[in-house]
Amino acid sequence: MSLLIKNGRVVDAKNKQDGVFDILVEGAKISKIAKNIVSKDDNVFDAKGMLVVPGLIDLHVHLREPGYEYKETILSGSQAAARGGFTSICCMPNTNPVIDNQGVVDFVFAESKKAGLVNVFPVGAITKGLKGEDLADIADMKESGVVALSDDGYEVASAALLRMAMEYASMFDLPIIAHCEDKELSSGGVMNEGYMSTVLGLKGIPRVAEITMVSRDIELARFTGTKLHIAHVSCKESVALIKKAKKEGVKVTSECCPHHFSLTEEAVEQYDTNTKVNPPLRTKEDVEAIKKGLKDGTIDCIATDHAPHSISEKDTEYDLAPFGIIGSETALGLVMTELVDKGILSIEQVVEKMALNPARVIGQDKGYLSEGGCADITIIDPKQEWVVEKDGFVSKSSNSPFIGKTLTGQVMATIVSGKIVFEKS
Amino acid sequence: MTEKMTDWKRKDLLGIEELSAEEIELILQTADSFKEISSRPVKKVPTLRGKTIVLFFFEPSTRTRSSFELAAKRLSADTLSITKSSSSIQKGETLKDTIKNIEAMQVDVIILRHSSSGAHHILAPQVTPSIINAGDGCHEHPTQALLDMFTIKEKKGKIKGLKVTILGDIAHSRVARSNIWGLKKMGAEVTICGPKTLLPRDIDKMGVKVTTCLAEALKGADVVNILRIQKERQQVGLFPSLREYASEFGVSREKLDKYAKKDILIMHPGPINRGIEITPDVADGKYSVILDQVTNGIAIRMAVLYLVSQAGISEQQE
Repeated sequence: MSLLIKNGRVVDAKNKQDGVFDILVEGAKISKIAKNIVSKDDNVFDAKGMLVVPGLIDLHVHLREPGYEYKETILSGSQAAARGGFTSICCMPNTNPVIDNQGVVDFVFAESKKAGLVNVFPVGAITKGLKGEDLADIADMKESGVVALSDDGYEVASAALLRMAMEYASMFDLPIIAHCEDKELSSGGVMNEGYMSTVLGLKGIPRVAEITMVSRDIELARFTGTKLHIAHVSCKESVALIKKAKKEGVKVTSECCPHHFSLTEEAVEQYDTNTKVNPPLRTKEDVEAIKKGLKDGTIDCIATDHAPHSISEKDTEYDLAPFGIIGSETALGLVMTELVDKGILSIEQVVEKMALNPARVIGQDKGYLSEGGCADITIIDPKQEWVVEKDGFVSKSSNSPFIGKTLTGQVMATIVSGKIVFEKS
Repeated sequence: MTEKMTDWKRKDLLGIEELSAEEIELILQTADSFKEISSRPVKKVPTLRGKTIVLFFFEPSTRTRSSFELAAKRLSADTLSITKSSSSIQKGETLKDTIKNIEAMQVDVIILRHSSSGAHHILAPQVTPSIINAGDGCHEHPTQALLDMFTIKEKKGKIKGLKVTILGDIAHSRVARSNIWGLKKMGAEVTICGPKTLLPRDIDKMGVKVTTCLAEALKGADVVNILRIQKERQQVGLFPSLREYASEFGVSREKLDKYAKKDILIMHPGPINRGIEITPDVADGKYSVILDQVTNGIAIRMAVLYLVSQAGISEQQE
């Protein structure tokens, strides 16, 4: 079984490659990258005018299974990821039961194998039940294959406990993915605290709720020497703190979400609950700082924080709606439209932030295109325009603030281990 | 003023923010012509005969609910009153489903008070009846601001150029926000005053002067609108004690004599906490127009009910 991808613009950040090449895939591996490859097989994908890049990796999704299958399942979330060009996704542990023991980790792997689409890498909980009290079964979960630890959605409130978690996790070389939010400071808040929350009469989440925790977690990482990955950065001060910490040699990486560089708090104006996310949409200044952080390398990765919720959960009063929006299927389009077309990032930098760097954060030998390397490949038409439609999602949910928006950049095919798992018809 | 005023085209009254100065003026003038009806021996005109108006209050209310109900009745509309405890919300029905069911009973106007900011803005485009906001969370309370402006205009002859101070818990006040929008649009200078913990972030960007000093807020003011201080705010640590609040921000005769102009108007949307944000001698004193506000509330609500009902008719005819 072979596949020949012809005449695409192959862009790879690791090998610093950017040019028109053919890629021959045999089995699960890339066997050859060269010009004018002739294949006996007639299984050819014509990628003329398209980008051929390493399979995208999303460090931050919520698959909702087990426990909340009405929002998303491992299968539907994998389908959404494949459609969005992702070949690997990391799923957060806030399921029911929580991914805090070997059994649930094994279940996620088994279900994703059944789905047979993208690579699903579970992120294990730091504390049992995400309660911030006792450490979860970290060694067991590592043995079953978790790639990182996180209490995402919650901060480990106790600095003492997080310190111990870091020390313990470092034995297994597992990074800690930090959801930086002081829950006392953010208590009751539903959007960014500022002019818009004042006008709309909605309770604000002050930016210090994030900044103080970014600061604390960086200091704990410095002290323990553990790898820290800061999730969904939303404030300009957080970008500055991470930049400084990196310069000082702290082992810290970070990610931002497409909605945090595409939208500001002004999107909340009509009380559309699909603008309710945590951390909240911030200000224009924050958006600019995030873009700058992406450009200068402070922000290493772009992750979606894909957070499906059913229509009935979101079709309610703003303060009652749950936090979260879906992102798998719009991420690439937003990156192309808001970052590439506006001259913020080059295609090579996109590849770095959506494939190479995420692979490094979770210690996987992925994220690049090399002969002999794994054949996880994404093919993108960078010029194709499309409109985000409510009924167009393959995710089980449609809670997106981008419905109706025209994006440039469409995923044409997603290839996992040499197998086409999504192809745009 | 031109002969033909702006036409009222809105199905709903959701807030003051989206209104133009002309629309506010139209409501005030319409209210002016309705005010006289309430002083007649027979307090009823047939204007809204055959209309059904629903009063749906998810939060406790005496003034606003009675005022709307009397306004509707004096215009000959039929009214139906529902409260949270008597509705199926108690059984877990969503607000949207409840409103959709009321809509199915073919009512014309729904007057809604709800604790969630923006609840009305989400619902209004999804239903046919007019939605009138009788208060949404900390967001807006448009008819209160309208009756406040009506009272100011009645007592001072104008709004433009006046200095109006809004005092107290601005952060949690829908009355404050609606008044700020309205007064700014009508050309008043607005100062807000209260403890820093009760002033919302970036409120200065609404075009108001901000101070935490009561003396400064009273000096030169033509009007001071004193907001109710909710006792539960103290319990969550927003200020140390009611005693301290009263001494720093409570309006007393003594402070008025010391700092305020002789003809200052004292307003309060009610219900008042005597001895906390306002002393009894001020509430009942010669500067106070607190009960005039209540009287004017009916005229304003008659005007609003009339205007949104008219808008509905002309829309159907088109």
